Amino acid sequence: MVKLSVNGEQHELDIDPATPLLWVLRDHLNLTGTKYGCGISQCGACTVLLNGQTVRSCTFPVSQVKDAEVLTIEGLSEDRSHPVQQAWIEEDVPQCGYCQSGQILTATALLRDKSNPTDADIDKVMTNICRCGTYQRIRAAIHKAAEKQGA
Amino acid sequence: MKTITRRQLMKSGATAAGGMMISFHIPAFGKAEPYKPWETDNAEINAWLVIDPDDTITIRVAQSEMGEGVFTSMPMLVAEELEADWRNVRAEYASVNRSIREDRVYKRMGTGGSGAVRRSREYLQKAGAEAREKLIKAAAEKWYVDPKDCYADYGRVHHRSSDRSINYGAIAADAAKVSVANVEIKKPKDFNLLGLPKNRLDVPAKVDGSAQFGMDVRVPGMVYAAVVHCPVLGGTVRSFRFNAIRNNPGVLEAVKLENGVAVVAEHYWQAKTASEQLPVDWNIGEEGKTSSEQFKNEFMAALKEDGVVVASDGDSHTAMEQANNSIESDYIVPYLAHACMEPLNCTVHIQDDRVDVWTGTQNPESALAAAADVAGVAPEKVYVHNCFLGGGFGRRSNPDYVREAVAIAREIGKPVQMIWSREEDMRQGRYRPMAAMRFKAGFDRDKNLTAYTNHSVAHSILAEIRPDSVEDGVDRTSVEGLQNMPYAAANKKITHTIKNTHMTTWFWRSVGSSQNAFALECFVDEMAAAAEKDPLQFRRELLAGHPEMLNVLNELARKADWGKSMPKGSAQGLAIHESFGSIVGQVAEVTISTDGELKVDKIVSAVDCGNLVNPKTAEMQIESGIIYGLTAALYGKLTIEQGRILETNFDTYHMVHMDEAPVMETHFALAGGDKWGGMGEPGLPPTAPAVCNAIYKVTGKRIRSLPIKSYVLQRA
Repeated sequence: MVKLSVNGEQHELDIDPATPLLWVLRDHLNLTGTKYGCGISQCGACTVLLNGQTVRSCTFPVSQVKDAEVLTIEGLSEDRSHPVQQAWIEEDVPQCGYCQSGQILTATALLRDKSNPTDADIDKVMTNICRCGTYQRIRAAIHKAAEKQGA
Repeated sequence: MKTITRRQLMKSGATAAGGMMISFHIPAFGKAEPYKPWETDNAEINAWLVIDPDDTITIRVAQSEMGEGVFTSMPMLVAEELEADWRNVRAEYASVNRSIREDRVYKRMGTGGSGAVRRSREYLQKAGAEAREKLIKAAAEKWYVDPKDCYADYGRVHHRSSDRSINYGAIAADAAKVSVANVEIKKPKDFNLLGLPKNRLDVPAKVDGSAQFGMDVRVPGMVYAAVVHCPVLGGTVRSFRFNAIRNNPGVLEAVKLENGVAVVAEHYWQAKTASEQLPVDWNIGEEGKTSSEQFKNEFMAALKEDGVVVASDGDSHTAMEQANNSIESDYIVPYLAHACMEPLNCTVHIQDDRVDVWTGTQNPESALAAAADVAGVAPEKVYVHNCFLGGGFGRRSNPDYVREAVAIAREIGKPVQMIWSREEDMRQGRYRPMAAMRFKAGFDRDKNLTAYTNHSVAHSILAEIRPDSVEDGVDRTSVEGLQNMPYAAANKKITHTIKNTHMTTWFWRSVGSSQNAFALECFVDEMAAAAEKDPLQFRRELLAGHPEMLNVLNELARKADWGKSMPKGSAQGLAIHESFGSIVGQVAEVTISTDGELKVDKIVSAVDCGNLVNPKTAEMQIESGIIYGLTAALYGKLTIEQGRILETNFDTYHMVHMDEAPVMETHFALAGGDKWGGMGEPGLPPTAPAVCNAIYKVTGKRIRSLPIKSYVLQRA
């Protein structure tokens, strides 16, 4: 049995502990907002937060989660009211949208560490791939979210 | 070596899970016949739109939302004519099953060729106008007044002679029952919605994880399939040893496909892990001895051949001989993968009376036809439920993955979700063709261009998939941009040679223009240098006969401040290209550090797509085309060794990331009139040449093959 706390909910699952967290979230807990993109921690579409830190869940065995609290896009807010989600909506960031859960959670972690990140901070932390090329709007949305959080 | 398929397992009475009986609950699913997913309790004014009593307007979208914004732009076209309150509008996919049952009521459902607005604008406007007139007529009948004395505005019908008005929701049910004839659409000067920047309707669902992509579909009782394909395209399965994985956790069975094996398990991770451990013996022919180096040599050798004449003017041969000076250059580009963020996947449920397919497809009609064909049922019994597409770029208009998923579902008799791993997605690509181009230009004593020849050698998509549409040895998609080269040359000759390899090709964002604009626009800079002219001035002179291109060029030069002084190591580069009905010019600003690191700092675009539906999504498409094109320009290449593709994931098939994304500025220089150009692709072609032309200014080195990162760059 693997014990897991996701978005504040406790789960006990009868699964192979080597299963990557990504597939546990998607296929066992039906939290499909976390995406599969590459399976080798390259693209970041599978990013979730573990105690507030980003983790690329596609290569992270569920057994390693232990007591940490997992936050997925579904748990970020009840009603898209998180400042990062609000900024994403206002800047109309997503195109196809597939990478955006990972982008939003990575930005959330960045803003927790640095309340007012510079462009260089954004370049360093935002390493998730977006094939639609929404980078410029992501950058603007992060700055906007920083303003909102500061306000 | 023993091959076990499901049929054999059933015969032997064993289960694929190694003797353990696993039962699946497959609940009844939509038993009503005929099944009509489009039926609604609310008022369907026509096939395109439904109005609820609370004034919510649902507009059906027959194009595929893959990021380009059709879930917003298509409803805008309808809502403009409907005089709707835009805040009440929501979008949903139109049913392809209904379209084939009802004489193609949704017309063209494929999304590609930057054609969503170009090809469906008018009938969507008419659908909105018809609904508007029906609402007016229903209100007039209710009030016993002349409909001519009524008008629609902002979601209400008004009576001119009195102050009566009524909201659409209150008369929608009546409006659905009346009929109107000869409705007229508005003149552009009367638009009050088209041309205004509107937020995307699909964004809220894309910031909270609720947007449903193909991979997010969950069907009760569903199992998962991972597929291993022959690593060499064209190879087939000789045998496989299911015994090696049959006791793996969750594994249910394996299905032999022509070019691969599907491993089916209770969960995807189990299926994927087992598929990677499955020993498969492949039949690989001569394709297994090929390499990209060999292809390159063969394409370059074919540049020396004469080729088929595509276009010709004057006597280029004599003019070239008589030229005072001439230049010649060869360009070459590799095969490329689409690499959509969402690896290809498809979910299928086959029941006695129906087949359901959930996937993200750019072409629900071809997906439906493919599913019907493989399942062996009438098309009317197939329901393709389109999802949001995690990228398309052309790849998702090919139904190969749908065929495969239906074949697996047919064999296992359970609802199944097939997911290709990133590696399989890369290896089973339908690639952007490889192409090589030779250009020659001759000048007179006064440095005027007098002769121009171009010979291209390209892998032909059409020769591979629709040989009948290859005209006299020319695949027109291969010579887009070369055949219609816009620069004035009194004597010119354009020739072409088709050269196909075992690689499978398909339409890749901007198709022929993706490679041709790179080569042509770089060569135009070479010609400008030979003519001792500024690249902008040279283009202006030779585009004098193309006022719309000239207009874009001039707007671009102004907005980008062409010729401004740049710091050491930095320079501007220029390119312009027309494709899919739109002209896009770009100026790239690049910097090369003292240790040779390239940074593309900024790209300014000027765009003429004639008219705009939604300036916001139009601008996003230019930005998207730039990043997609920049990734291809900087990094894009597939290396083939022993017939196998080496770049199978993002660790080797590199993408532009945030830190490399340039600042992008988009300006519109619209011709207006009847011109409604495409937006999804035209932003891409000028990016590579604009960047390469800027690099030349810093390094003195011409980039004549892509990707750029294969060059060592140094400041001159």
